[in-house]
Amino acid sequence: MLGLTITQWLFGILSLMAIMFALMVVFTRSPVNSVLYLVLTFFCIAGHYLLLNAQFLAVVHIVVYAGAIMVLFLFIIMLMNLNTETEQQKHIIARIISGVIGGLLLFVMVGALKGAEQINLVQSGASQIGLVKNLGNVLFHEFLFPFEVASILLLAALVGAIMIGKREPIKN
Amino acid sequence: MLNGIPINYYIMLSAVLFIIGAVGVMARRNAIIVFMCIELMLNAVNLLLVAFSTLHNDASGQVFVFFIMAVAAAEVAVGLAILAMVYRNFKTVDIDVLNRLKE
Repeated sequence: MLGLTITQWLFGILSLMAIMFALMVVFTRSPVNSVLYLVLTFFCIAGHYLLLNAQFLAVVHIVVYAGAIMVLFLFIIMLMNLNTETEQQKHIIARIISGVIGGLLLFVMVGALKGAEQINLVQSGASQIGLVKNLGNVLFHEFLFPFEVASILLLAALVGAIMIGKREPIKN
Repeated sequence: MLNGIPINYYIMLSAVLFIIGAVGVMARRNAIIVFMCIELMLNAVNLLLVAFSTLHNDASGQVFVFFIMAVAAAEVAVGLAILAMVYRNFKTVDIDVLNRLKE
């Protein structure tokens, strides 16, 4: 079929779906639909990770992003009771200008990267770097200190989120 | 298995996803949607990091992506707490209304 391997087909389909869902995130009016399209985009990106033989990251991506972060977003949106009626849109000129700026940015990026060298990805049948065992080795040997710092960062974020989100006592 | 996808395709895909996120940040008024578009931009960069990590057969890139995910989770928790507080005080998350810093 057109001389493409199954990997190339998968890459094309996943890329098209990711770009389409990402566009829907921006252009859908209802915030809840936006969140659901973003979840679909994340699933497509996780598929890309699988294609790149990064199984550990694919699983972590689904668990952390699609599982935890997007549920937080959904909860907040439902708490605020946002829907299409409450959604305000920017002025049409502002929207057109932002679209033009995005198009120009894309033009510049594609133009700058077009001449880059064509390198094929390495044969990843031999590449085992995305597996849990290998990543764990690297993480707990070379990156042990950043790992500990990340745990402190998460603790600080936890305490900070609770402090910010706490309802203050009503003062008269 | 992974034969013959040039790295350029991954660069282009990441650029397109990043720019869609940037346009979303510029074009939307709901602060939560803006926040989601920032997540989309982060993910575009993550994808490129993983692609180059596979290209160079170096695990450091994937460990970096792991750390970026941890930082993004912390950022979302604090950011959404701030947005919830803003909503409680102003009854809106419209960024064109929340412009007191300008005056």
